Amino acid sequence: MYYRRTLTDAQINRELLHVVFTTPMWWIVLVVSLGLVVAVAVAAVGYMFNQGLGVTGLRQPVFWGFFITNFVFWVGISHAGVMISAILRLSQAEWRRPMVRAAEIMTVFSLMAALTMPLVHAGRAWRIFYWIFPYDWSRGIWPDTRSPLIWDPVAIFTYLISSSLFVYTALIPDLAVIRDRSKGTWRYPMYAILSLGWHGSPHQWKLQGIAGILLSALILPVFVSVHSIVSWDFGVSLVPSWHVTVFAPYFVIGAVHSGVSAVVTLMVIMRKLYHLENYIWEEHIDALARLLIVVATGWFFLFWLDFVFALWTREEQEMVVWNLRLFEAPWGWLFLTFFITSYVIPVPLWLFKRVRRSFTWMLWTSLLVNVGMWLERFLIIVPGLVRKGPLVFDYGSYRPSIIEITIVVGTLALVPFLLLLFSKFFPLIPLWEEKEGQKLIDHIQLGNVKVPALVKEH
Amino acid sequence: MANRKLLGLFQEPQQVADAMNELKGSGIPAEDLDIYSGSPFPEGAFGEHEPHHRLYMFPLVGALIGFSLGLLYTAGTQIAYPLVTGGKPLLSIPPMTIIMYENTMLGAIIATVLGVLFESRLPKRSLGLYDERITEGYIGIVVDAPEEKADEAEKLMKAAGAEEVKHES
Repeated sequence: MYYRRTLTDAQINRELLHVVFTTPMWWIVLVVSLGLVVAVAVAAVGYMFNQGLGVTGLRQPVFWGFFITNFVFWVGISHAGVMISAILRLSQAEWRRPMVRAAEIMTVFSLMAALTMPLVHAGRAWRIFYWIFPYDWSRGIWPDTRSPLIWDPVAIFTYLISSSLFVYTALIPDLAVIRDRSKGTWRYPMYAILSLGWHGSPHQWKLQGIAGILLSALILPVFVSVHSIVSWDFGVSLVPSWHVTVFAPYFVIGAVHSGVSAVVTLMVIMRKLYHLENYIWEEHIDALARLLIVVATGWFFLFWLDFVFALWTREEQEMVVWNLRLFEAPWGWLFLTFFITSYVIPVPLWLFKRVRRSFTWMLWTSLLVNVGMWLERFLIIVPGLVRKGPLVFDYGSYRPSIIEITIVVGTLALVPFLLLLFSKFFPLIPLWEEKEGQKLIDHIQLGNVKVPALVKEH
Repeated sequence: MANRKLLGLFQEPQQVADAMNELKGSGIPAEDLDIYSGSPFPEGAFGEHEPHHRLYMFPLVGALIGFSLGLLYTAGTQIAYPLVTGGKPLLSIPPMTIIMYENTMLGAIIATVLGVLFESRLPKRSLGLYDERITEGYIGIVVDAPEEKADEAEKLMKAAGAEEVKHES
């Protein structure tokens, strides 16, 4: 039941463009603080490039650590954004309106954060160009397209370009609104160019609607493929515990679990900071929380399969890795933390309507999920590489260095930093979608209650 | 005789629908009438002319181009540097399909966006006859009428409730 507040177009423009036309103190404080964290991380990257990968904790035999964990984590976060937006657009769910833009833009910035990780991890980032691009850089050596390390950047670039175009196409009408509001100011030329001369004719609106459906339908298979391909980085290797057949769906649903949780976190913070009480309601996070219960339980099923497959086959190497994960410190403690935070605490809580409709509860439970899901990726990647097993003489552990921790924390600051910058220039909620929703408000008296009328939009 | 452009600004959708009926009744063809609004209305709300479009062709063509480029990239690089790795044959189809799939989808998506811009006739260098109030909730009717019909069109729009009728300068 969605009881929309009645808002005029002028009010929607004023409220949703408030931060575009004014600069609140909290915005400056947050941008400067997060910018400083990002700057420190950039300095750490510079130091690492100068000194070499020896300043990290990566040692034989563990060569994938915090950077790759963080890469998988951010690719995962990026997933739910476009997934939620595309599914809700395709199904024309009425409650999509306030969340599609923020979810889509979170996808773009999370992917950017993810992309920095393999570049940093490579140690000599500039050499990646030799390795990926189909160009005969030196001595006739071309990229090996049979390697998963090529599939990965191809998939991620596809997803990044697609998501960016998806965001931009839906942004054009809103850019025209800002253009019209900024005549005679320094902003006008920029928005006049970006809005491409949009008028809002019925033909343009019709194409905009079709584009939303078409792009959603095209981007959903890309979304499924990207995290599947990320899982194949692991799946096609011979490392114990990495080649379980359920890895692709396990990664995809894990990505949806962490990504939808991140959307909830973002919605709650946006509502508070940008005063979006008229747009983001209890009903929205309630709907997301119900979705999360299903997704989390689906994720739990695949996580269980991953575990059961190892037990069932009783392959010695698999058993060793699971033994390490579950019963040896510090892995066992990390495993317990991961499982409690990603499932045991949040899912039972979400069964209560009062929790689902509480912004505070949803903020903390969704953050908790992502603490757990970061650890999940770490526990998938590192224990398998430790190579602890019978007749292995070179097993070793992994301890992240301060440089790695700084860089990972930098990406945690980078995404909100970019989101804040975006909100200074573009609305986080699509103005035209909200205005369209306002036209369709109607309520019907049924007996003693007045209920929202259901509308078919197209 | 030359045509004159007019822009009538209305506050209510019903006024726009009435004005459109009157304008078409006065002999102005539907193709010479256009609507500007700050948010979408259901198709046909104002009895407007709907031009034909071929947007659905764009993703198909884009997908075909993307697929071809994917094939060129995967097959071409393996042929250009024929190194057998892991005992796997050159031109091994399964890994090639992964990149070809991504390129196919990328081609389709880029072409869809280009198609939207092309079919919407964007970008436009100038806004022409336009009013900023349109993105504040007003609805505009743009009339491209012959000189002798322009005054009548203005009167009809005002009679239907137009708050202002602007002329192309």
